[in-house]
Amino acid sequence: MDLNFSTADNAFRAEVRAWLEANLPADLQAKVQNHRRMSKADYVRWHKILAGRGWAAPNWPIEWGGAGWTATQRHIFDDECARAATPQIMPFGVAMVAPVLMRFGNEGQQRHFLPRILDCTDWWCQGYSEPGSGSDLASLKTRAERHGDHYTVNGQKTWTTLAQHADWMFCLVRTDPDAKKQEGISFLLIDMKSPGITVRPIITMDEDHEVNEVFFDDVRVPVENLVGEENRGWTCAKYLLGHERTSIAAVGRAKRELAFLKTVAAGEQAGGISLMRDTRFASKVADLEIEIMALEITVLRVVSTESHGKGPGPEASLLKVKGTEIQQRLTELMVEAIGPRALPFHVERFEDPQAGEPIDQLAAYYFNYRKTSIYGGSNEIQKNIMTQMILGL
Amino acid sequence: MDFTFTPEQEQLRDAIRRYLGQEYSFAARKAIIHGAGISEAAWRGFAEMGLLGVPVPEVHGGFGGNGVDRLVVMEEFGRGLVVEPFFATAILGAACLRLAGSAQQQAAVLPRVADGTQKLALALTETQSRHELFNVKASATQAGEGWVLNGMKAVVLHGAQADRLIVAARTGSTARDQNGLSLFMLERGAQGVSIFDYRTIDGMRAADIRFDDTRLGAGALLGRAGDAWSVIRATAEIGIAALCAEAVGCMLALNEATLEYLKARQQFGVPIGRFQVLQHKAVEMFMETEQARSLALLAAVKVDSDDAAERARTVHAAKARVGRAAKFVGQTAIQLHGGMGMTDELPVGHYFKRLAMIEATLGDTDHHLAAFATLADAA
Repeated sequence: MDLNFSTADNAFRAEVRAWLEANLPADLQAKVQNHRRMSKADYVRWHKILAGRGWAAPNWPIEWGGAGWTATQRHIFDDECARAATPQIMPFGVAMVAPVLMRFGNEGQQRHFLPRILDCTDWWCQGYSEPGSGSDLASLKTRAERHGDHYTVNGQKTWTTLAQHADWMFCLVRTDPDAKKQEGISFLLIDMKSPGITVRPIITMDEDHEVNEVFFDDVRVPVENLVGEENRGWTCAKYLLGHERTSIAAVGRAKRELAFLKTVAAGEQAGGISLMRDTRFASKVADLEIEIMALEITVLRVVSTESHGKGPGPEASLLKVKGTEIQQRLTELMVEAIGPRALPFHVERFEDPQAGEPIDQLAAYYFNYRKTSIYGGSNEIQKNIMTQMILGL
Repeated sequence: MDFTFTPEQEQLRDAIRRYLGQEYSFAARKAIIHGAGISEAAWRGFAEMGLLGVPVPEVHGGFGGNGVDRLVVMEEFGRGLVVEPFFATAILGAACLRLAGSAQQQAAVLPRVADGTQKLALALTETQSRHELFNVKASATQAGEGWVLNGMKAVVLHGAQADRLIVAARTGSTARDQNGLSLFMLERGAQGVSIFDYRTIDGMRAADIRFDDTRLGAGALLGRAGDAWSVIRATAEIGIAALCAEAVGCMLALNEATLEYLKARQQFGVPIGRFQVLQHKAVEMFMETEQARSLALLAAVKVDSDDAAERARTVHAAKARVGRAAKFVGQTAIQLHGGMGMTDELPVGHYFKRLAMIEATLGDTDHHLAAFATLADAA
């Protein structure tokens, strides 16, 4: 039992921290710190800066441009990025479709798509959920019929994150309507510029445009865009779900947000004293800080088993549930902290890092973050996974 | 970064579990509780296995174990619902003596702790103290070379079973001051010592102890007069880390028992573990236990640190988080066992009672949460 990082790991942390200090543009950092809305250009800009250093996809195998880091180094990198308040690397390309292509794609697909994912030439979106298929994903109905050298796709996807920016979608489609649920599904790559595709925004309660409906009306998809075998797409989907990482806990981000919460609360007055000295509020913050401390150790326990050659496995579900509970609680306490100043809704300032005050967007952030316990497999589904995989019930 | 236990620690764990499985069954424990309250045979067994020497420095015949070694023993004792005075003697007593005693005082007693021939009890708090360890009214006044001790100590764990008592008394200042506290070590049978022994609700023993003009020699004082607070606090931290480990052992056992029950118990024609509402409760028990275990581990490691602020922060966090988890896991285990959970016959209720009393010992969740918040605010 040694809960200290090794000298080499500490040196690695120092290297990452110094590089981020020198290379993270101040305007992007300010937007992330103050919960401003990020544009496509913001994400792409940061992705390209990381790619220039060879750190855009550190988890990939070295031959495809990965960094060859240990699990502990990957954890440290995520922790430092969160601490520095970098924009996120969008997961759809780097973390989702790329591992599937490496495992199930053919050489042509790998050679074409992987470099373009690495340098962010293409923006990817995920075509999984449908209006009738949420937690019960395998009931999906979007049809792909084979006609010679192409499929004809008809149907609808929903909750498609940032599809408005996307060049490509990886999509689960039904290719055999007569097979049992999971068995007639295929994994297709669809060019979002194809005729017959309509992207319709879904505006969430914080008046943000993150998610979309995507309609397919006789969309032609060349057969070479099938990944793996026809009707074996569920294997790809499951492989992707098994690729969860310990970063799903977002502990680094939680630590940064806790510091933000404390700063905001310290500047508020309650009963003539700082809100951080108000016993009831301070106790809620202490509770949350302790939960974050515990989750950080839980994450490191999981990371240390990865270092010994195992993946995170079903423990990822524990990290997802606890991590999202913490994120939601943080946003909740931020809104509590600022009292009636949570009400003003200056949505026009939300993309501008200069305008307004750091607290401007906290209420919208709170509302937006209710999504975290729903997306990526709802927390109830995560509990079902743990029931089966960990408890064996 | 390494969360694995050493091969020696794994062997220690296996040996304890094997011994308790063979010699300390639930039925045997029940007989102890309703009989003498402690088992001399088990104590000899622990001594022979070297458990009593784990927290004792090597120079005094022990193993000089660290916080993680103590965690291994306490987790297994939690799992085995051990009611012997290990915590009073080898955790609190040995720590206090190691931190405050002179070389001579340590040499007189610690080897006998390690070989099982002496038991200790730590008498800190009084009826008015609640969770404040500095809230002490018992007093010691100087008389010639020695001291005269007067006052009352409440709920001294295994006070009547100890050969020696270590007593906190005021040699200066007033009841709630951290200054002016001193520690004295005396024989349980010393003149003017009255001991009222009783069972505790979790199957252990404790005592209320009164001192009426108890005369002590100069050699009874541990450390410097009036200066005991830092030792008391450090001893409590070691105790809290050990209690957190014991609670984790209880929770792991409760989760296993509950899962087994969910698989075996049939209602509506199926095992009740098929019902999602119960599955999710069981998952929450698992998650609570893992979060608590993380901080129990952190506390076991940090409690040996020289950095007092880091030690305090970790120990407060651990006791608060473990307390919360223990309440949830204990209560939910009873609920999922239904009526059977209410019986004296199953271990479930016994784990629940022990967890609830751990919560009440050395500061509860609210106490440590408030202390943590004060530290975090100061930082």
